[in-house]
Amino acid sequence: MSAGPSSSGFLESSRRGVADADLRRKLENATGRHLEHVAATRAEFPAFDSERDAARRIKEDAIGRLDELLVELKNKLEANGATVFVAADAGEARDYIVNVVKRAGAKQVVKGKSMTTEEIELNPALERAGVEVVETDLGEYIVQLRGERPSHIITPAIHLSKEDIGRLFADKLGIPYTAEPETLTDAARKRLREIFLSAGVGVTGVNFAIAETGTLALIENEGNGRLSSTLPDTFIAVMGIEKVIPKLSDLPHFLEILARTGTGQKLTTYVNFISGPRGRHDADGPRAMHVVILDNGRSAMLADPVLREALYCLRCGACLNVCPVYRRIGGHAYNSTYPGPIGSIVSPNLFGSAAAELPFASTLCGACRDICPVRIDIPRILLHLRWRESVAQPAIKWPKAAVKARASVVRFARMARFPRTLRLLTRLAAPVLRPFARDGYMRRMPGVAGNWTRWGRDFPALRARRKTRQKPAEHS
Amino acid sequence: MTEVRLFATCLAEEFFPSVIEAAKTVLERLKLKVRPVRASFCCAQAPFNEGLREPALDLARKFLRACEPGAPIVIPSGSCTSMVRIFYSDLLANEPKLAERAAALRPWIYEFSQFLVDVMKVKYVGARFDRTVAYHPACHLTRELRVIDQPRALLAAVEGIRVVDFRNPEECCGFGGVFSVKLPHISAAMAEDKIQRIQESGASTIVANDCGCLMQLGGALHRRGIPIETWHLAEVLAAR
Repeated sequence: MSAGPSSSGFLESSRRGVADADLRRKLENATGRHLEHVAATRAEFPAFDSERDAARRIKEDAIGRLDELLVELKNKLEANGATVFVAADAGEARDYIVNVVKRAGAKQVVKGKSMTTEEIELNPALERAGVEVVETDLGEYIVQLRGERPSHIITPAIHLSKEDIGRLFADKLGIPYTAEPETLTDAARKRLREIFLSAGVGVTGVNFAIAETGTLALIENEGNGRLSSTLPDTFIAVMGIEKVIPKLSDLPHFLEILARTGTGQKLTTYVNFISGPRGRHDADGPRAMHVVILDNGRSAMLADPVLREALYCLRCGACLNVCPVYRRIGGHAYNSTYPGPIGSIVSPNLFGSAAAELPFASTLCGACRDICPVRIDIPRILLHLRWRESVAQPAIKWPKAAVKARASVVRFARMARFPRTLRLLTRLAAPVLRPFARDGYMRRMPGVAGNWTRWGRDFPALRARRKTRQKPAEHS
Repeated sequence: MTEVRLFATCLAEEFFPSVIEAAKTVLERLKLKVRPVRASFCCAQAPFNEGLREPALDLARKFLRACEPGAPIVIPSGSCTSMVRIFYSDLLANEPKLAERAAALRPWIYEFSQFLVDVMKVKYVGARFDRTVAYHPACHLTRELRVIDQPRALLAAVEGIRVVDFRNPEECCGFGGVFSVKLPHISAAMAEDKIQRIQESGASTIVANDCGCLMQLGGALHRRGIPIETWHLAEVLAAR
């Protein structure tokens, strides 16, 4: 499997994230703004929760009969004139797309936003084949210019400030430095318009694939998805198998909730319906349309009754914004296409045991489940994965600190089976340790608790009295 | 005299004995007979959250044997209460006998503030606390048990208290049990940001219903020499 992080990667990359005060400030601002918008749009839409329930039921139904819906979708798409390819894994999907691009004789590919193509690492594969790939979503374009991967599934450049982008554009596009968003957007727009007209192939993701009509719904804000799917002669849509929904009449329920939680908008600026290539009487549109339907580990998630729920995910990105861990370390720390809470579930299943650490990167606070538009019980799935990873065969190779922490929990659990003994030990140890404490706290601790005191926190002394921890003369 | 059982929780027994005393005091002032749950030390959450099912099962078994339906079991922790009330059903999925016992026990399990407001129907317990307080809504209390208004109502009824708001109160303090030592840098960063927001509010005291949060925030405050104290809700309600 591809794109997997190395097992020790997360510890180091998350340390870098936490240590970057500038990054943390940017994340706090951007995610904070997002959460405010979400709260505001939800508050003025009383039907929000009933729409969530409706959307959830549709997903439950669709994932419950993926087999027949995918066949129906494939038949309808083909009847509409599209070519459908079902890819078992990332390699198959990549090879197919590279071949289509080669056969089209295209030297340039324009891409609308698509996390699925990030997942299969399409861009490097196309570049190896001598094709220039240009991301046309503004955020994606920015991270591509920086040679980075998106740090968020909806706002790929969330880790950058407008000043960062100003410097980048001055450097890469040769425009005078400015941090004014309008000017920067305009500069990117000019450059991208030229490429839209010359590119031979357009590639986009898919938000919903409607089986009944063979229609792909593409939700976006910049119009670049529409241009990528209509201007080039060949259009390739890439979707995971879980994107299929049964009927066209199901879609409004999703439209009511997706933008409200994803961006805090009532509706995105563009909702594209793509039902096939240019017809005989159409004046424009692509002459050929391909739809790549990707499995890449998703069916295996379907087989696990607890994990299955993760396939309801709409990729709205809200769980990233609300996650106290994501907000402190940023998306790149996860070393995966899919960061944040939902990423910590999806990544180990798509990228294998190398991402096995990620389900532990959570306090299980539950903020993600509360904001999720389809109410995915993320903490419960993380717990399930923790259990599954801890009994996995062959055993996963954890970093040393994790092994020690785990061993200490096992020790504690063993001792806690004997409450009387443990109570006695605590009572005996408390007065012995008391001279080492100050105001009921220890500055340094040995063993696993040393991880606590090395990282900015004093450790509570055993059985310290309330008075010991009180400050003198405190009255407001 | 009606009897209630008080399950102290491992963190309170080890680090915060005053919380147990305070909870007992408050319950006794309501003319309840308080009998501690002595035959169990831990609800099993620590090993369960680490994915260690077997050790967790041992502790859950112990807890279920130590308690019986028929008298309310009061727990001064939202986290431990949600472990028993909610997560036991996952932990015990393949243990039908234990699962049955857990189901019978479930309606008798209450978090401390939940018990006071929802069962005892009290808000004013005769407490006096002359301080400016920031209430930290613990995650499992808020999002698993949905105990949201009860602690605030109890605090509002305390004499002399001033409860102040702060930004993004519901964001996790970063404790997360084993998380706090496994990914200590992230855990500490979460505490740091939370403390900063509370400092802006002008509060002299942080109140929470969970010893985990108190340990985390208290430890981070003490390291920084910030003169904000951390109190458990039970301690505030016992104060006079």
